[in-house]
Amino acid sequence: MITLSKVSKWYPNFQVLKQCSTHVEKGEVVVVCGPSGSGKSTLIKCVNGLEPFQEGTITVAGISVSDPKTDLPKLRARIGMVFQHFELFPHLTVMRNLELAQIKVLGRKQDEAAANGMRLLERVGLSAHARKYPGELSGGQQQRVAIARALAMDPIAMLFDEPTSALDPEMINEVLDVMVALAKDGMTMMVVTHEMGFARGVAHRVVFMDRGEIVEDAPTAEFFGKPRSERAQVFLSKILHH
Amino acid sequence: MFSNFDYDVIIRSLPYLFYDGMTFTLALTAFATVGGIIFGTLLAMMRLSGFAPISVLATGYVNLMRSVPLLLVIFWFYFLVPYIGQWITGAPRPVQVGAFVSSFVTFTLFEAAYFAEIMRAGIQSVPRGQVAAAQALGMTYLQTMGYIVLPQAFRNMVPVLLTQTIILFQDTSLVYVLSITDFLGAASKVAQRDGRLVEMYLFAALVYFVISFVASLLVRQLQRRVAIIR
Repeated sequence: MITLSKVSKWYPNFQVLKQCSTHVEKGEVVVVCGPSGSGKSTLIKCVNGLEPFQEGTITVAGISVSDPKTDLPKLRARIGMVFQHFELFPHLTVMRNLELAQIKVLGRKQDEAAANGMRLLERVGLSAHARKYPGELSGGQQQRVAIARALAMDPIAMLFDEPTSALDPEMINEVLDVMVALAKDGMTMMVVTHEMGFARGVAHRVVFMDRGEIVEDAPTAEFFGKPRSERAQVFLSKILHH
Repeated sequence: MFSNFDYDVIIRSLPYLFYDGMTFTLALTAFATVGGIIFGTLLAMMRLSGFAPISVLATGYVNLMRSVPLLLVIFWFYFLVPYIGQWITGAPRPVQVGAFVSSFVTFTLFEAAYFAEIMRAGIQSVPRGQVAAAQALGMTYLQTMGYIVLPQAFRNMVPVLLTQTIILFQDTSLVYVLSITDFLGAASKVAQRDGRLVEMYLFAALVYFVISFVASLLVRQLQRRVAIIR
């Protein structure tokens, strides 16, 4: 479904990504973790072309992201993305946040988009808040709306860029619960996160990044059981033992 | 000073002042505001474009307009627009557009430069993550601008845009150089004709003050209503 092959990216005097290769199969959940500044957010933003990269290729459902002939908006419409800071549109109601792209990008009818939006709001447990503005919701609620907004486009895969990092601790679980349910439904997911409990619970594979490199790419049990690289061992000992 | 103050001259000239004068002043203000904001927004988008020729063009235009006095621009366009019209239509003689059309065009083009700077600040006030979110949903550049960025930019900038409009309202009095009868022009004509300069100019000042002051109060009201809930 998603294939990254030798992706490299440079900022003017700094290489953020070094020959990164990995893949996410249909129905697979892959967690990308690593210390901050390791390039994992940059990597996931390359997948739907929000960040350009200079070398290598990324294909989603067989379509190249970096090919200038690719209709990038059209491809992005099929890939859901959830951001660290939610990025709901603050000037629109929750319902309008869910409807807008369905109508303007997918060309759905207003009532169809509204019905679909309401169904997804119910799924994330927020149908009572449809008429509110994002600013009236808590962080956890906003992030669940953001997930619903991405799902409203009927995506073939979902990208999560540190979806719980900006949340207060007591709100993390309500978001993770939605993500777990989504994984159980068989959604193809690529998730950048520090939530090792989530990784252990639902991820099929874990990709570990450090200093722009993919250091380890292993099935979940193997990664947590006996990570091969020393860097992954150090990272795990820091993140798990506290 | 007020012993031989003639209130009657004001009363008598009210229909002329407001029906002829103020109508034009308000029409010009409204037209130049709407036109200026539309053209200004376009200029702001051009200025922020990653494509150098477009951003240089817009930057040049904005800087030129902002570094020339409005009075000069009014003269310029009054004498220039007929020739531009001739050049565009290929007419044998300069196309006389008249003082009215000329003033509408001038104010729109001039104010657009100021509105452009306001809208540029407004666009830049929208977090980059909003653009990323819109793009991630598959929106094109124009959709992202039209549905996500500009509505927020506009709301953030409403107070400044309206303050600029109040300044524009006062600046419209400069059309007297084209012998157009705006509100001040009408007051001025009555003042000269009846020899009642003090009465008429005091009254004109009072009217400008009341309208501008009330408008600025309304701006504050409106600001509260359009503000984005954060």
